Order: sequence, then C-alpha cells, then structure tokens
Amino acid sequence: MNALLTQFVDLLGALLLILAFAMISQRRILSMIHLFTAQGVTLTLATVVVGLVTRQPHLYLSACVTFVLKVLLIPRLLHRAVDRLDIRWETETLINVPTTMLIGILVVIFAFDLSMPISRLSSALASGTLGIALACILVSFLTMITRSKAVPQVVGFLAMENGLFFAATSATYGMPMVVELGVALDVLIGVLILGVFLFQIREQFDSLDIRHLERLKED
Amino acid sequence: MSVTTAGALSQALEIVAAISLAPLLTGWVGQCRAWLQNRSAPSPWQPYRTLHKLFNKESVVAETASQLFRVTPYVVFGCMTLACAIVPTLSTDLPLAPAADAIALVGLFALARVFIALAAMDIGTAFGTMGARREMLVGFLAEPALLMVLFSASLISKSTSLATIVETLAHRDFAIYPGLAFAGVAFTMVSLAENARIPVDNPATHLELTMIHEALVLEYSGRHLALLEWAASLKLFAYSCIGLALFFPWGVAHAQAPLQMLLALPVLALKLAVGGAMLALLETVMAKMRIFRVPEFLATAFLLAVIGMLVHQLLAR
Repeated sequence: MNALLTQFVDLLGALLLILAFAMISQRRILSMIHLFTAQGVTLTLATVVVGLVTRQPHLYLSACVTFVLKVLLIPRLLHRAVDRLDIRWETETLINVPTTMLIGILVVIFAFDLSMPISRLSSALASGTLGIALACILVSFLTMITRSKAVPQVVGFLAMENGLFFAATSATYGMPMVVELGVALDVLIGVLILGVFLFQIREQFDSLDIRHLERLKED
Repeated sequence: MSVTTAGALSQALEIVAAISLAPLLTGWVGQCRAWLQNRSAPSPWQPYRTLHKLFNKESVVAETASQLFRVTPYVVFGCMTLACAIVPTLSTDLPLAPAADAIALVGLFALARVFIALAAMDIGTAFGTMGARREMLVGFLAEPALLMVLFSASLISKSTSLATIVETLAHRDFAIYPGLAFAGVAFTMVSLAENARIPVDNPATHLELTMIHEALVLEYSGRHLALLEWAASLKLFAYSCIGLALFFPWGVAHAQAPLQMLLALPVLALKLAVGGAMLALLETVMAKMRIFRVPEFLATAFLLAVIGMLVHQLLAR
C-alpha cells in the first residue's frame, strides 16, 4: 500500500511538471491562472498523501493552508486584478513558444541530471521527486523570464513557489509549521504588493510591459 | 512460433470486431458531439447507412487518374485493418502480432498516409495537392511523437512488441508509472491530430480552405470513398485501441486463458464507449486552431513524450 502511495506522489509530481509545461506554452493570462489553480489542487493532494504515508499530522494542516491560499485566495486575487486591468487576452512572449519549450526540455534534463546523485544518497520516501520538483522550479523560472508583461511574471513566480513547496514536502516531509506559515504569509503579502505594483506600473506607463522599467529617468 | 486454434480464433474475432465496430465508434462520437452541442443527434448507425449508400453508388474516376488512384483505397483499407489486427484489444495471443511491433505499426500508418497523399496529388487538382501537403506536415510531426509515446511504454516492459507491452502492463502487480502520465497527454494530442479531429482539423467541415482529410478524398466517390471512410473509422478505432492498450490495459484476455475473451469483448465495448464520449467532450470544449499553430501543438506532444521517458529514467531505481 505504501509503495503505491509513494508512486502516487511521483505521479502528482509529474502532473505538476506537466502543468508547468502547459503554462510555458500558454499565451492567455486567464488560462495561466487556471493552470496555476490546478497546480494548487495537485500540490494539496500531494501534501495530503505524503502526510498519509509518513503519518505526520501537521502536513494535513499545511495542506489546508495550501488549499485555502493557492486554490481559493490567490487565484481569486489574480482574477480580480486581471478584470480590473482588463487584460484578458494579452499574448506577448519574448521568445517564441516552440523555442521556449525546447529550452524547457534542456532545463528539465539539467535538473534531472543534477538531482540524480542527491536522490541516490537520500533515503526519503520519494527521493526521485526531488528532480521533478527542481525541474518544476526551473521551468516556472523560465516562464517568468520569457514573459514581458507583469501579470504572467507574477503567475510564474507563484508557480515557482509551488515547485519549492513540493520539493519541501516530498524530500524532507515538510518544514516546521512556523516556517511553513511564514512562507505562506510571505507569498500572500507578495501577491498583494505585486498587485499594487501592477496598478502603479500601469498608471505610470499606460502599459504593463516591464521593459519600461529599464529606463531610470524621464527624458 | 506455432499458431494455436485459440490464437487463430482470437485473431479472427479481433479483425471481425474491428471492421464491424469501427463505424459504430465513429457514429457514437458523432452522436455524443451532437448531444453536447445541443443539436438533434444522428443515430450511431448513421455511418453504416452512409457506407451502404456509397457502396451502391457508381464510382467516378477522373480521366487523368493513374492506376495509383484506383489502388489507394484498397491499400489504405488493408493497412488500417492490419493495424487493428496487431493491436491487442481482446487477447494478447495474436498470431499476427509478431509480424509487426510498435515501430512497424507506425510505419504502417505512414504507408497509408503516403499512398493517400500521392493519390490526392495524382489527379492534379489544387485542393488535393494542398490537402496532401498539409497531411504530410501533420504526419511528419505526429510520427516521432507517437514513436516516443510507444517507446515510453516499451521502456517499462523492455520490449517493442505491443502484445508483450499489454501483457506486462495488464497482468503484473498494479503500479503507477508517472512517465506514462506524460505519454498519455502526448498520445491524446497525437491521436487528435492523426485522426483529423478538432483542434487540428474538423471532420465535419466542408469549408475548403480549412480541411485536411476532406481535401484528400475530395475526388473519390462511390465504393472508393466508402472504403476510405471506413478506413478512417478503422484508424480512429486502431488509435483508440492503442490508447486503451497502453493506458487502460485491464480486461484484455491472457494468452493462457482464451475463455477470458468472452469477458474481453463487453469490457472493450465499454472502454470504447467511454473513450468516444471523452473524445466528443474534448472536441466540444476546444476550438480549431490555425494551421500554423499545428506544428507547435505537435512539438508540445513530442516534448511531453520525451519528458515522459526522462521521468521514467529518473524514477526507475
């Protein structure tokens, strides 16, 4: 039974990576937010299953926090921001999507190769998931890098945090509760501040393209 | 390898089932689609009526057509029948299965594609040529992705023979393979493209500028068209069966237990009914994409399949 649950955690990790890849290939902001919500659901499930296998009740609590924050609250905030900024159909990437995906696969190979010796040393239940989690983080990072607009970058940042959280739960059975709550609060505050930033950027430049931020003074 | 009576029987039953059930699957998908789109649905037996009508009609062939044009429907139909015969749907004890493994199966689809593209160009009409070019564009991108999907399954069972793959996946202790999740997504995308389904091509379209499959068979009529339509149904059936064999192999009869065949047929029908409904749902929620987006769509499928193999390597300890 335990072996099966471990494989289930592996499967959820794989799903997380698939969703990260879907995010890279996505051009619409609304779809990115939907994918982010799906990642939150996957992450909640993974945390519950790890809690089941390792019999650590505090993981259930952290799953609850994840659910409330990443499935309910943050997507809602993002939807509101998108509605108020009226940018549903924004479709700009710096590099075209197929090239980004090719880079993405290289990143995945790099992450897997990097984590191979570490997972061999580790005795955690799902040591293979470390590579998947690392790949998730790097792919989400790539999403951030290749977008020129602010809102997709915020979503990419949040997806990166998802990957980190998955790494923490699957490789070390979760951080201490205090740290976890702190991180959760950080992410929430981060989203709120970034939301304010979005409106400020728009007000200043009449666009959400962050290339405007490269100029330091008005000419 | 000796051919047992049970083996020959299951092989014959499988071919008969494929040929007779394939139009029903197409009809069922059409019916589900109509329900989902709030149209009054045609009966699932409609493809049989169409085939009957076409077989009774006279076949008109263009004056400039060569022999190739006449031969193609038979070649395509034969390829698809053989493809259905080597995919283990009812039993893994198939005398024909050693003749072709997963790689040869992809080759079989490619052979049919080459013939139909050549026949479309043979007449020399603009639409046929355009359809042929588009079909080859879709085909050459879909093929490597399909191969990668089959390889991911082969890595698990250490064999490229489809019968062995199904035998391994269905009759060993239940285990979850995360690599197969990637392969499953990739396979869904490839089969949508290969069967001329909605994000890539609309099977019901008669708008010349967007059609791929319809443009290829535009010049055919009568029994030739009937055979090609039937072959298209068989292709959908074969792809559904490959998908079921790789990802939901439970219920396929064991080589040593021919009596399980009695159970395998209703199980297969049930799985195909659910799969057909899922296909109709997918087609309803997606919009058709521009032809220039198709390479991106299929490249995504290929990359996902490759990542599936990598994940399998990473997790295989």
